[in-house]
Amino acid sequence: MYDNQTVISRGRESVLETNKVIRNTYSLLSMTLLFSALMAFVGTVIHISPMVSLISSFGAMGLLWFVLPRTAQSAAGIGVVFAITGLLGLGLGPMLNHYLAMSHGGQLVMTSLGGTGVIFLGLSGYALTTRKNFSFMAGFLMVGLLVVVLASLGNIFFLIPALQLAISAAVIMLMAGFILFETSQLIHDPNANYIMATASLYLSILNIFTSLLQILGVFGRDD
Amino acid sequence: MDTGLKILSAILLIGMLVFIFPRMRHALQNAPKGTRQDWLGYIIPLAAVVGFIIFLILMVKH
Repeated sequence: MYDNQTVISRGRESVLETNKVIRNTYSLLSMTLLFSALMAFVGTVIHISPMVSLISSFGAMGLLWFVLPRTAQSAAGIGVVFAITGLLGLGLGPMLNHYLAMSHGGQLVMTSLGGTGVIFLGLSGYALTTRKNFSFMAGFLMVGLLVVVLASLGNIFFLIPALQLAISAAVIMLMAGFILFETSQLIHDPNANYIMATASLYLSILNIFTSLLQILGVFGRDD
Repeated sequence: MDTGLKILSAILLIGMLVFIFPRMRHALQNAPKGTRQDWLGYIIPLAAVVGFIIFLILMVKH
């Protein structure tokens, strides 16, 4: 009897802890997305150059690789996540200006934004309601990411439009997988960290948005 | 894209490769293997995403 009560109590504690991690992740994610949108707005208004955009991406990647893993267990990690998302948001400036200059660019940007929101909410909802464990996808996702980065590296120099389109489509599929994987980790991994999870989910959302914008930009052109 | 931007972008992507490679090796060695049912649970939402993107493409084309 006592053992049963202990098991139930521990089970309840574990569920409460999981819910807390999920709640913290989504709260921080929504705040960082708002901050990133604000920085993207600043980036478009002040017309930052592609070079500044690339430098801000370098800064964000440096923080993501070298600073965030060391600060994720402390409150400083929250500031680092805001810095990463702010820099990446600012870096969107030239891309957004390019699409906004098209004849119905505003509609394209808003469609991509709405589409990204629907994809993220749908996938997160699916992972949270089914409570499936997607940890088996880790190897597949990392190999896919490596292939996509290699293809992107090649396309910097070859500039093949069809390859760019294929990369964008592959990125959306991969990031969809990462959203399922990361959300299931929040449920199933007892060591899940909400700051790292926020950074990972933010990157997936950002990549889906930019890739969707590229795809819709190609198909939505007037010519 | 000018040459300076291309070179900087390439450096960023090479940095990503350096960062991803050990993680990929670790994931391939340690991640559990998925069953047919597990993969089906991934393919169904993915198919929904593909369908949704086709819908968005048709929407912006008209």
